[in-house]
Amino acid sequence: MRYVIVGSGPAGLSAIESIREVDRDNEVLLVTAEKYVGYSKPLITYLLGKMTEKSKMFYRTEEFLKENDVSILPETKITGLATEDKLLFAENGEKIEYDKLLIATGGRPFISEIEGLKGQDGIFTFTTWEDEEKVENYIKENKIEDAIVLGGGLIGLKTTEALMKLGLKVTIIELSDRILSVTFDRKASEIITRALKKEGCEVITGDTVVRVKGKKRISKITLKSGKEINTQLLIIAIGVKPNVEFLEDSGIDINRGIVVNEKMETSVNDVYAAGDCTEFLDLIDGQRKTIAIWPVAVSQGKVAGYNMVGKDSKYPGGIPMNSVELAGVPTVSVGHTNLIEENGFEVLTFENKDTYKKIVLKDNKIVGAILVNNIDRAGIYTGLILQRIDVSSFKNKLLDENFGFVYLPREFRKMMLEGDVKVWLE
Amino acid sequence: MKRILVREEYCIGCKLCEINCVAAQVGSSNLIKIYRYVPELPEPNLIVEEDEYTTFAIQCRNCDDPMCLKACITGAMHRDSFTGAIRVDKERCVGCWMCVMACPIGVIKRTNDGKKAASKCELCVDRGTPACVENCPNEALVLIEVGE
Amino acid sequence: MAKTRTPPEFILERDDYKCIRCLVCVRVCSYGANFYDEKENRVYTENSKCVGCHFCEAVCPTEAITVKRNKFDIKPSAHWTSEELFDVIKQAETGGILLTSMGNDKPQFNYFDRLVLNASQVTNPSIDPLREPMEIRTYLGKKDAYLEIFEENESQVILKTEVSQQLKLEIPVMFSAMSYGSISLNAIKSLARAAETMGTFFNTGEGGLHKDLKRFGKNMIVQCASGRFGVDIDYLNSGAAVEIKIGQGAKPGIGGHLPGEKVTEAISETRMIPVGTDAISPAPHHDIYSIEDLRQLIFAIKEATRYKKPVGVKIAAVHNVAAIASGIVRAGADFVTIDGIRGGTGATPKITRDHVGIPIEFAIAVVDQRLREEGIRHMASVVVAGGIRKSADVVKAIALGADAVYIGTTALVSLGCHLCQRCYLGKCNWGIATQDPKLVKRLNPEIGARRASNLLKAWTLEIKEILGGMGINAIESLRGNREVLRGVGLNERELQILGIKAAGEAW
Ligand SMILES: Cc1cc2nc3c(=O)[nH]c(=O)nc-3n(C[C@H](O)[C@H](O)[C@H](O)COP(=O)(O)OP(=O)(O)OC[C@H]3O[C@@H](n4cnc5c(N)ncnc54)[C@H](O)[C@@H]3O)c2cc1C
Ligand code: SF4
Ligand code: SF4
Repeated sequence: MRYVIVGSGPAGLSAIESIREVDRDNEVLLVTAEKYVGYSKPLITYLLGKMTEKSKMFYRTEEFLKENDVSILPETKITGLATEDKLLFAENGEKIEYDKLLIATGGRPFISEIEGLKGQDGIFTFTTWEDEEKVENYIKENKIEDAIVLGGGLIGLKTTEALMKLGLKVTIIELSDRILSVTFDRKASEIITRALKKEGCEVITGDTVVRVKGKKRISKITLKSGKEINTQLLIIAIGVKPNVEFLEDSGIDINRGIVVNEKMETSVNDVYAAGDCTEFLDLIDGQRKTIAIWPVAVSQGKVAGYNMVGKDSKYPGGIPMNSVELAGVPTVSVGHTNLIEENGFEVLTFENKDTYKKIVLKDNKIVGAILVNNIDRAGIYTGLILQRIDVSSFKNKLLDENFGFVYLPREFRKMMLEGDVKVWLE
Repeated sequence: MKRILVREEYCIGCKLCEINCVAAQVGSSNLIKIYRYVPELPEPNLIVEEDEYTTFAIQCRNCDDPMCLKACITGAMHRDSFTGAIRVDKERCVGCWMCVMACPIGVIKRTNDGKKAASKCELCVDRGTPACVENCPNEALVLIEVGE
Repeated sequence: MAKTRTPPEFILERDDYKCIRCLVCVRVCSYGANFYDEKENRVYTENSKCVGCHFCEAVCPTEAITVKRNKFDIKPSAHWTSEELFDVIKQAETGGILLTSMGNDKPQFNYFDRLVLNASQVTNPSIDPLREPMEIRTYLGKKDAYLEIFEENESQVILKTEVSQQLKLEIPVMFSAMSYGSISLNAIKSLARAAETMGTFFNTGEGGLHKDLKRFGKNMIVQCASGRFGVDIDYLNSGAAVEIKIGQGAKPGIGGHLPGEKVTEAISETRMIPVGTDAISPAPHHDIYSIEDLRQLIFAIKEATRYKKPVGVKIAAVHNVAAIASGIVRAGADFVTIDGIRGGTGATPKITRDHVGIPIEFAIAVVDQRLREEGIRHMASVVVAGGIRKSADVVKAIALGADAVYIGTTALVSLGCHLCQRCYLGKCNWGIATQDPKLVKRLNPEIGARRASNLLKAWTLEIKEILGGMGINAIESLRGNREVLRGVGLNERELQILGIKAAGEAW
């Protein structure tokens, strides 16, 4: 029996953990396109901004891989899959056999149509350690002093923060009318925008880059509005998409991401998928979608791993959530937060200077929460959302400064305090 | 694996647990000196919640399948292989607050010493008995063994 | 008229150097005596609110607090103490009866401390309780005058008499009647569990039976008092014995009164009265005006319990105690409980507590004597209460003639009580004499049971030690054995009534 895992992100690694929990004997082979194995992608912005060090990039260390007796094929990109022969094909010509396969190839950056992109140095996406190394070197070698970040989503903003930490003057360009328009509501976006501006960042909204100019190296961008900005560094961070192209003729059902069931099985026997490359249920709206976040990748990987070794396990679905501290403002966003009262949602808000809290409810159940500045005990809301608790008896306390378990129904509290806390995984 | 059992029917809301947690974090049992000479005291890693007749202290439940572990992007949050306690390596932590967001009990905090790291109850594994358990005058907090 | 400014009874001293402003004391005081001044960042105490319960002192993590008595020195007088002075002032202001709690606190009523015990030397060997068996198990109930035995053959003997129901006590100490209402459920639970662990009994008092206590039936004596609260057939049958309460040492001759505000839902249920109504126990049982009436009730209860449970009668020790006890025994009681002047209570008029009744020591002696003289001592056990604080008191009480003792105040002290005598306010910081859920929580019955059991364990060891020292190996041989007692500083008449010799007098 040979378990093959493609992709060394959190989904792949957590699958390895659960496989090894049950099966210590059979071979586990980890195949990854990456040079570094076990590092954390979200840390690349921290590394660039010198908020962490190279030695701390690995959230799972070499020892982990050794302890779990994992064979590794690094820098091996898979380009094809023949499910009837249970064979993987690598770019370097290698053929890899498997008995059980997990696809955990994550996502890759999405790049929009921009004139003149090709052949220019100084233009980067920013999702891997290699990207980070390239950007860091580029800045150092060329003594770069300013940068354009295209895309005001979380990755764009985290990258912005890192660049600012290096002393660069950064301009964010965002197509929608505000930054973080997916994660946060208008109010929260405003607070974060204000904080970023205060630190010297320029924010341009409702605009995008249409043309890049430069001789071998970028020197100027043109916006849709016609505005031109000189720059030697452009980071494109307008989103990621599931990394599934290599599966095109494999016969595996793919929509936007790989279609999986609650056991993380794909449409083909013995092939599982987990993490950013999949699409599965959003617990709140019941839609199938890719929720490209770390905890979902870990949970799905865990479930996939268990099922691969024959231990029954189910993933009920996930919800979007993110937390980040930007320009000194800690924030949390859980669930769906841009829903409005007109559509039958109830919205509760609390505001005090730069502290902002918002709870979105539907039928007395929380479906989303935003916390800005004061994020203490945020997880309680997450728990309430995931467990779909009826909050009508304590709704008026939800935004209290001291909101806590004391206001929750005694039975629920007892369960959480005395029983085993199980929220995501059954 | 150990867990602190919270028995709200016996909690008297005195908050001695909070006070002694602070002391344990500073690493001394001399409360007078700590409160006198330590300029920036850490926040307690447990919270006493109160509402009318209900009071109880609440801290990390040391879950079987911890949300914080799944959410941590650095590996800072880990299960101590010896004691089974969930601990956070403050040196690795970058303060992304994923765990703060994920913990359904809401008991992971941001440190207040400017370090940008998460802080949580680690069952006083380096100390022996948890300070809160040891100092609760009414045994509202007791250390129990759970799981295998 | 303006209120006289009376000085506080206690002064709380807070060492500001040691105070870490954790505010534990502020949070815990149910009388609101401690407060925090945010501007000054200092904790203060309003001494006049302090009742001297020492709870804050016990929980202050830095030992910053000392609660001291305020020595209010008036010009020395042989008749006037500050207590007398303030009692007059209070009455001048209120025009009401002075209320108090716990037992009589006056020095002149204590005789146990003036009795000393004997020990073996040379002529009779003492016994080491750690090496040799020592029996302190006690049976309460009527001891049959003779036993009919049928001898089948040499090796087989059959007992023909049906022996009267007995209560088996592993230690001759029981927890006295304290009702749910006067003390908290957690306090009762603590004592119930301790009684279970130690093989003895607790007493429900006159408050009926809370459902949580049903499971302790085997170790429970249920009381039937003048208010008949919570009394029905199930109640009478739920314990191991029934005690009819006529009077109690802290308030002989008067009834009881639980104010309506203390009659919570749970209490209304156990007492079987509506929520919020005053629970009034009349001074007499309105169906008992003579020993004959009492006999009727005793037998009514025996009938109701199918003669399966011993029935006792509790009275306060008053002047005519010996004759009354004799009547009670003749009326058919299986045990007589006598409560002396130092007996505790949840609330009583000060005048009654301090001036009515006699010390238990005398009561034991005269009752035991009278019953012996009348040849009916075996017909009932004598249980005594009111001022038993330590195992030495137990030994002395038994030597004077008691079969077993009840402890009330001492049991509460083992649970945390610091004798502030404010039970009647219902704000007991130790969670004992209160029904406030926030305060009741403070007494964790697991801890309470452990502490009360520990007390009895310690007493068991001490009693055995003392018995061994006297060369006695069974508590049976101590009962009424007044030869082991001598009096110190007692006058001849007192010695005579107690039936003991003075220290220095030989056999
Ligand atoms: C800069 C940045 C910051 C982020 N911050 C956060 C955050 O704060 N919180 C959060 O929840 N999420 C964050 N995310 C998202 C999070 O990193 C992802 O959700 C998570 O990494 C997904 O895990 P995964 O295992 O599914 O995929 P990935 O981590 O993307 O791993 C995919 C793996 O597959 C390998 N691979 C891909 N294709 C092939 C192939 N064809 N052959 C072989 N190997 C292949 C890749 O090399 C990689 O090792 C961030 C992402 C980035 C890029
Ligand atoms: S020390 Fe114990 S009783 Fe006091 S608040 Fe903490 S848990 Fe409650
Ligand atoms: S704040 Fe620290 S411990 Fe918590 S998830 Fe982030 S890196 Fe991990």
